[in-house]
Amino acid sequence: MEQPGQAAVIEARGLTKRYGSRTVVDGLDLTVREGEIFGLLGPNGAGKTTTILMLLGLTEPTAGTARVLGADPLREPLEVKRRVGYLPENVGFYDDLTGFQNLLYTARLNGIPENEARAHIESLLETVGLAQAAHRRVREYSRGMRQRLGLADVLVKRPRIVILDEPTLGIDPQGVEEVLQLIARLSREERVTVLLSSHLLHQVQRICHRVGIFVAGRLIAQGPVEELARQLAGSAPLVLEVGVAPGEQARAETLLRRLDGVLDVQVDADGLVLSCRQDVRAEVARALVTGGLSLRHLRLHTYGLDDIYRIYFEGGVRDGHRRAGATDGSRP
Amino acid sequence: MATAVRAPRTAVDRERARPRLPGWSPGLGAVYRKELADHLSGHRFAILVALVVVAGLAAMYVGARTLRDTLTQQSASDPFVFLRLFTTGGSSLPPFTFFVEFLGPLLGIALAFDAINGERARGTLSRLVSQPIYRDAVINGKFLAGLAALALMIFALGGLVGGLGLLLTGVPPTLEEFLRLVVFLAVTVIYIGFWLSLAILFSTVLRQTVASALASLAVWLFFSVFASLLFGLVADAVAPVRDSQDAMQVLRNAQWNLALNRLSPTLLYGEAVETLLNPQVRALGPLLLEQVIGAVPGAPLPLGQSLLLIWPHLTGLAAAMLICFMIAYIAFMRQEIRAG
Repeated sequence: MEQPGQAAVIEARGLTKRYGSRTVVDGLDLTVREGEIFGLLGPNGAGKTTTILMLLGLTEPTAGTARVLGADPLREPLEVKRRVGYLPENVGFYDDLTGFQNLLYTARLNGIPENEARAHIESLLETVGLAQAAHRRVREYSRGMRQRLGLADVLVKRPRIVILDEPTLGIDPQGVEEVLQLIARLSREERVTVLLSSHLLHQVQRICHRVGIFVAGRLIAQGPVEELARQLAGSAPLVLEVGVAPGEQARAETLLRRLDGVLDVQVDADGLVLSCRQDVRAEVARALVTGGLSLRHLRLHTYGLDDIYRIYFEGGVRDGHRRAGATDGSRP
Repeated sequence: MATAVRAPRTAVDRERARPRLPGWSPGLGAVYRKELADHLSGHRFAILVALVVVAGLAAMYVGARTLRDTLTQQSASDPFVFLRLFTTGGSSLPPFTFFVEFLGPLLGIALAFDAINGERARGTLSRLVSQPIYRDAVINGKFLAGLAALALMIFALGGLVGGLGLLLTGVPPTLEEFLRLVVFLAVTVIYIGFWLSLAILFSTVLRQTVASALASLAVWLFFSVFASLLFGLVADAVAPVRDSQDAMQVLRNAQWNLALNRLSPTLLYGEAVETLLNPQVRALGPLLLEQVIGAVPGAPLPLGQSLLLIWPHLTGLAAAMLICFMIAYIAFMRQEIRAG
């Protein structure tokens, strides 16, 4: 992969969006550098789409500022939209028009002269593999074809940045692969900066130079995927499985809650699950034995990349937020 | 691919270099052209136009036959025979103007009931507003394209029906009649334009296309069927006629009734059309005997005087159209644009 340049093309400082009392995006600081593919990753409802809309000037932030290619999306929305291509989640097209006509409409909206637009659109449709279907109505397109048409649509205006919201949503695995390869290739060949959002870390991690983990309106970590995994594993709470004799869970729970370093205790079928700040195995054993309880087993869980995914992406927003909140102080 | 991108003239440079008319919102032309093309090639429009054309031609045919029978008996010197074609019905069919008044709103509603929420449902709205255009270009373009499609259709229909009338009766229109027809068609565009902007308003405020279509149809039904009944009841309650011999009571009741009914765009249009197509109409509403002293009965008004008579109606219709559109415009500009 190419080395991304250093100039920042998207910069957000303290970007915040509230709907009434509900904070959707909470003090977001984000920097995307020229030429890179940045993945904004987080579960559904984390505020990714709202963030993107604020970057495009389609939604007004409650607080904070954003600069996109040096322009303020709020004051100069046309400047921004002229140079940024946006592929919305669940992108739609005019079903009665052909793929080519749909893109031609986009070109007209961008004020691109007709002859030039036609040639460019043909080459774009070629690139995304829709040359055969160019003059068929979009009504007949499959989901994957629509998504690829969406990519072509975004490129009609020859953008310097493309923002893709959930580009792999709802398409089959082969289609996902095609779309991802296409994004990587476009980034390489067209030298555009890509900001993509997704809740499917597994899918997009391969093509992203850097990712930001976005949970409940907060960016809790950002960096290259491998580094991030280490970072998250290092600071995530440790999980300790404690086995006690049946019927002793309640007493064990009160005892263990008092221990220093224990953040949370949950009772399950054959014991307790502790999340703790550091390795407290010795203290747990001592407390249980002095308390007159029988300790059956004690096991420390270590985190791999998969656990991170599970915690942040499948555990839902609340779960992710609770755990994230507990360790938030140590984040950059 | 790669070479295409490094071409010196990018979309940005081109956009900047291009001279622009002052006040011309970028993208308005593109939206307008696309919407107009959609309207003119769409099935919806074709079906409704077919309906109105068939109804209009049938009414015209019946009107012409009725007129031929009565014309020989009446004074053959009626100077407005041609106009009479549009307002004469037969025993089986109401006149042409009735169909325009009744079916016209449907045309306006059909063009616009999904103008905004349809784009939203298809997921094209967020793509549209992320292009370098001001957001109002979308709604302005749609409104103007709708009006243009209506104007095109109504003037074409007027020409068609007028031509048929010419064939059927063999009486050519005078210049005065021709001008009155043109004004009639223009007023019709404004009237249907009101329904167009009402439908745009509902399509902006309501998220479901079905809901906005039903809401527009409900308003249409109310004004074309129930409104006059309801207003009559209200007038009777406010200014009851206890003694039908008492002229003041009758007059007050009639005035209330008329004032309330004039809240309805359908009635405004009806009165305007009646005045335009029948030059003998010299006053709208109740007329006291003392007011007509000295008037020559049956003498037609010149076009200018007819226009003067219905000027408030025209202003009212145009204002209703613009107010609906303005509310839709403000609502649209404040709305969140989100996918799905």
